[in-house]
Amino acid sequence: MGVVNLSESKGGFVNYFEFFQLPKQFGIDRPLLDQAYLKVQQEVHPDRHVTGSDSEKRQSLQIATFANTAYQTLKQPLKRGFYLCELAGLDPQLETNTSMPTEFLMHQMELREAMDDAKGNLTELSRLQSQVQNQLNQYILTIGEKFDQEKNVTIALERLRAALFLERFIEEIDYRISELS
Amino acid sequence: MALLQIAEPGQSRNPHERRIAIGIDLGTTNSLVASMKNSIPVILQSEAGHTMMPSIVRYLPNGKTQAGYEALAQAILDPKNTIISVKRFMGRALSDIRHSKNLPYDFVDASGMLKINTVQGEKSPIEVSAEILARLRQQAEDSFSDEIEGAVITVPAYFDDAQRQATKDAAQLAGINVLRLLNEPTAAALAYGLDHGSEGVYAIFDLGGGTFDISILRLSKGVFEVLSTGGDSALGGDDFDHALMQHVLDSVKITSLDAKDQRSLLLKCRDVKETLSTHSAVLLEYQFANHQSIQLSISQEIFSNITQSLVQKTLISVKKAMRDASISIDEVQGVVMVGGSTRMPPIQKAVEEYFKKTPLNNLNPDEVVALGAARQADLLVGNKNKNDEWLLLDVIPLSLGVEMMGGLVEKIIPRNSPIPVAKAQDFTTFKDGQTAMAIHVVQGERELAQDCRSLAKFELRGIPPMVAGAARIRVTYQVDADGLLSVSAREEVSGVNTSITVKPSYGLADGDIANMLREGFQSAEADMHIRALREEQVEALRLLDAVKNSLQTDRHLLSDEELQLIEEPLQHLEQLHPRSESVDDLRKAIESLSQATEEFAARRMNANIRRALTGKNLSEIE
Repeated sequence: MGVVNLSESKGGFVNYFEFFQLPKQFGIDRPLLDQAYLKVQQEVHPDRHVTGSDSEKRQSLQIATFANTAYQTLKQPLKRGFYLCELAGLDPQLETNTSMPTEFLMHQMELREAMDDAKGNLTELSRLQSQVQNQLNQYILTIGEKFDQEKNVTIALERLRAALFLERFIEEIDYRISELS
Repeated sequence: MALLQIAEPGQSRNPHERRIAIGIDLGTTNSLVASMKNSIPVILQSEAGHTMMPSIVRYLPNGKTQAGYEALAQAILDPKNTIISVKRFMGRALSDIRHSKNLPYDFVDASGMLKINTVQGEKSPIEVSAEILARLRQQAEDSFSDEIEGAVITVPAYFDDAQRQATKDAAQLAGINVLRLLNEPTAAALAYGLDHGSEGVYAIFDLGGGTFDISILRLSKGVFEVLSTGGDSALGGDDFDHALMQHVLDSVKITSLDAKDQRSLLLKCRDVKETLSTHSAVLLEYQFANHQSIQLSISQEIFSNITQSLVQKTLISVKKAMRDASISIDEVQGVVMVGGSTRMPPIQKAVEEYFKKTPLNNLNPDEVVALGAARQADLLVGNKNKNDEWLLLDVIPLSLGVEMMGGLVEKIIPRNSPIPVAKAQDFTTFKDGQTAMAIHVVQGERELAQDCRSLAKFELRGIPPMVAGAARIRVTYQVDADGLLSVSAREEVSGVNTSITVKPSYGLADGDIANMLREGFQSAEADMHIRALREEQVEALRLLDAVKNSLQTDRHLLSDEELQLIEEPLQHLEQLHPRSESVDDLRKAIESLSQATEEFAARRMNANIRRALTGKNLSEIE
């Protein structure tokens, strides 16, 4: 089957990190990832195989698709984190488990109220957004420590789920700001 | 190693011969064809010396057709049979068409895609487009006195799956081997970037006759990476013509027009619009069929006012694309203006105000797309110029989703995902013993399926009977490098491949194309056979070349036994292809060689990735 079922790791590559020959950890050398991605696409992109045989074209489509998925997953911190949890055999349960500590939920409600109060006020919305962005950056630092130094995937997952709330909140503000103009 | 002695790579052809590939800009108003000549992309001229061909087709009572300037000359006299701006109808139903009451055609509302009733019967937009494409192909063949290996055909970046598929079908109908559908702004960025050695983030603002695209790209070291794209596939110069015509009709209080007046007043308004790009005011004079005549002065200011909402629409798309790319205005190095409609002063002004930069108008906005397409076509057929390789990384313009219970859409592939891209989704049954289920794939950003474009409705059949919720059907949506979707499905628990019938909500089945080929080009059966045989022979040669080339470089990846397994079908095809008269035999031989090389292709690809990642620079590899 060759690398046909890359995603099921039957092929030559066990995971996205190994695919790009990067260490399996949360901290990532972004320029190195970008470079590896481009090197792979230079080889496998369908544009490189237009005159090839049908089997070559199929291979190219599958691996280029895999490379895109792998790159999109690794380049975004939260996606990368959830992926590391999956590799460690932990189910993130994003759809089924929404329980969070009460304190965190209270804070979320305060943020939502602040967002609603800001209504069409661009300055206020931007201020709120950068405040939450700072919080998110802090979370990402902590998540890195949990994964890479303390090797505590369970706690890392907990923080990841909280960070996802913050990321969605930032997207929501983005959307509201775009509606203003 | 007898194999390598059969032919060195490239020797089955003249080694100095370049493969001829063309780039086609199939525009709403005008179409162009370009190709590389002496390492420079050039627009191929028609016999009469024209660089652009009006995208107009006229159907005559005698079964013949006219196109281009010849058809344009009759556009006013024979409006019902002379189709202009057909691109706006590609992959569209009648209900999608704005201003349809101001158009002179006899529309037929076929399911999925409209048709136009002409003196030669009903014609689909695909058939009309194929007439244009066939002439461009002919023009290129005449120019080279040779056959064309393949073509890159450009489409608006914001074209959805239905519009892309329709374009590809039209090319196939015109006998063109489509190397790739390329997004117009990406083609423009390629031409601009290569000519100017540009690096950094660029915005491509592409307003054509019927479509608007905005793409944000990052250019660096031979990589053209599309960060986001946006637009409106039903907004273009035509809409400015219609706005002006509406203004004229309102001013003289006329509410209905006959077909000839519709056509000729619209063309008059287009003239006025174009003149206003270089003059501050124009006197519009027109005499209606009933001899009523009007005179109306149109200033740039009036024109700006009546088209203000159209200009605003472009800016809304620009803002959305900038947000999707996470790029701020001051990060944009330059804004490249593409498409004839960017000549309009209100557009220039709006773009300059938003980006706080003078737009880049230093290339011909009508030609840049075709020139970029020609460059890409040349690269794709393998005409390598040393140190002159690049990679285009493009995105899907609109999200793909599936209709869930209650008519809501669940997004499966978000817009602006780099392509090719695939996503798998698991479904289960909700009744005991359920053996089939229906899936509806849509494209668009709206929350309700009915507000999105319906791409395909299909049924999964042959699910093994199980209790409700026990089956696990994995549906995989694959979007290829042309931005086209295909769907496959598999029942995971039993491992049964559920049979899947994808019924496109638009477009054509393969059989339809064969039928149209037969009818439209009135080929005798014998011609059809020769054409099919010729196609298989070309395919055989292509495959033999590819396999021999890969054996030349990567023979070491195979054991002797494995090599033997490839060599047998290879020899067979080698002997068969120049002699066989049977399309079927050739097809079988091609298929068996292709299958025999599947594993080899996988190993080569893996080896290439490993080699690419072990520290060598790109330029050091081959």
